[in-house]
Amino acid sequence: MMRYDLTRIMDWVPRASRVLDLGCGDGEFLAQLQTARDVEALGIELDINNITAAARRGISVIQQDMDRGLDNFPNQSFDIVVLAHALQVLHRPHSVLEEMVRIGKEAIVTFPNFGHWRCRLHLGLLGRMPVSRLLPFEWYDTPNIHFCTVTDFEALCGQMNIAILDQDIVTGPRATILNSLAPNLFGSTAIFRICKQ
Amino acid sequence: MATPFEDEGSVGLVKPRVEHFAEPFALACGEVLPAFDLIVETYGTLNSSRSNAVLVCHALSGNHHAAGKHAPEDAKPGWWDTLIGPGKPVDTNRFFVVSLNNLGGCDGSTGPNTINPATGETWGPDFPDVTVNDWVNSQLALAERLDIDRWAVVIGGSLGGMQALYWAVHHPGRVANCVVLAAAPRLTAQNIAFNEIARHAITSDPDWLEGHYSKQQKVPARGLALARMVGHLTYMSAEGMTDKFGRERRATEHSGEPEIFEVESYLRYQGTQFSTRFDANTYLLMTRALDYFDIADYTDGDLSAALSPITARLLVVSFSSDWRFSPARSREIVDALITASKDVSYAEIETDGGHDAFLLNDPDYCHLMRAWLEQVTL
Repeated sequence: MMRYDLTRIMDWVPRASRVLDLGCGDGEFLAQLQTARDVEALGIELDINNITAAARRGISVIQQDMDRGLDNFPNQSFDIVVLAHALQVLHRPHSVLEEMVRIGKEAIVTFPNFGHWRCRLHLGLLGRMPVSRLLPFEWYDTPNIHFCTVTDFEALCGQMNIAILDQDIVTGPRATILNSLAPNLFGSTAIFRICKQ
Repeated sequence: MATPFEDEGSVGLVKPRVEHFAEPFALACGEVLPAFDLIVETYGTLNSSRSNAVLVCHALSGNHHAAGKHAPEDAKPGWWDTLIGPGKPVDTNRFFVVSLNNLGGCDGSTGPNTINPATGETWGPDFPDVTVNDWVNSQLALAERLDIDRWAVVIGGSLGGMQALYWAVHHPGRVANCVVLAAAPRLTAQNIAFNEIARHAITSDPDWLEGHYSKQQKVPARGLALARMVGHLTYMSAEGMTDKFGRERRATEHSGEPEIFEVESYLRYQGTQFSTRFDANTYLLMTRALDYFDIADYTDGDLSAALSPITARLLVVSFSSDWRFSPARSREIVDALITASKDVSYAEIETDGGHDAFLLNDPDYCHLMRAWLEQVTL
């Protein structure tokens, strides 16, 4: 069963496009994209076991730390650059965003929405850092070092002259009324399609 | 998690054969060989569509004997037995593997230690300079002899990786997949300097005799040994040497002599072994081929332009502790391939194995190679 943000990204990827997936893990998503959308796929990943798993699926992967730059990728060399649920682990998320819209004609970013009411409840009422199914880590031992909310992300895009082409703030497979009324409060996962302005 | 890599078989006993090419063969230097021989080993079976052939390109001191043994009592199998065999990453149940000794070598292919038909004597130092270009052309003649239109994979480490890359660039229609291990697009000044030290060690040996040592039944053994000691040192990492030797000492064979460090003993042994098996003129020739190699010399140094003819799917692998051809050198190749929008995978294997790691059975390395090669369509 695929994570819901990935199903949505799939809908946004045109057929036969060139896709770069930053932090592609074991290549499962790219493999599915390849089957469903006939894309030309490339992944970036740090973990050698993930790279081997991706190779076993026939997915090409470059071992590279995106926090140390992506300047080896030429301008507008991919149709879509994907960063799925990894924004919050980056040391310099804004730099990576800038690179994504430089390298890709479009970019798709998903991240856990820290403005979700459960997070607010944890922090606001309980006074504790949120721990949930999607974010199952204690504050002192987590790869997630840069949390943001939907509103924070929109503000950053504005500052960086990044255009938001599409956005979907979701909690599960079905859109709910609460979601559409107050996405930053009721959406747990944010999915943005962006490009350079 | 990676698990130790030890569950595979061997290709067993193998027998080399010599392929004779009777047509004149023009070399890049302008000279023409009237004919030449290549000594070859093959492992596995060529399939009916002739689509499962893998060409193995050897490095500086390699030869055709890459896997299996020539006789059951052989102390060691071929130089790449860790990777080639039934069930191994280069799986001989699936692939037909072709391994040869390059032109100018000293293990049975035409080279300085074979007879020059014009003089009836060994070529010695008069054997013409050969280049990676010449090697690939002679391998092309071999492919035609074996009726292989297109290699499923061309694979090599170090100087072998340079040949693999050259194949992919200059014969794109004949290479479906290309594996480039611990290589570089061209040598640095430091690389060339190490080769020059090795050459100088050989040519300053009193038994060198301007390369005509074999006429006087001599071998510049001290020079060859020293060349190998220096070379071998650059193929290992500092951490790897600490692990392997530390500051341990041992007695020498001569009683009464003081103990020597393990690392001294090892280097002496490597040097001596090498001087009994390798030809000095070949060593000079091979190091020069390395020095002059530049995959981008035909595009005035523009690496991505040079790599743009490639159609093969590529795997580039470097090794963290390799300082002879460091990961940064492999990254040059990879970045140029990315710029040229090629289908490339890249990994830097964490290892203490140094440059020689491409010969070793590091689990991460072997698992990646196996996974990637499994996806080669035949």
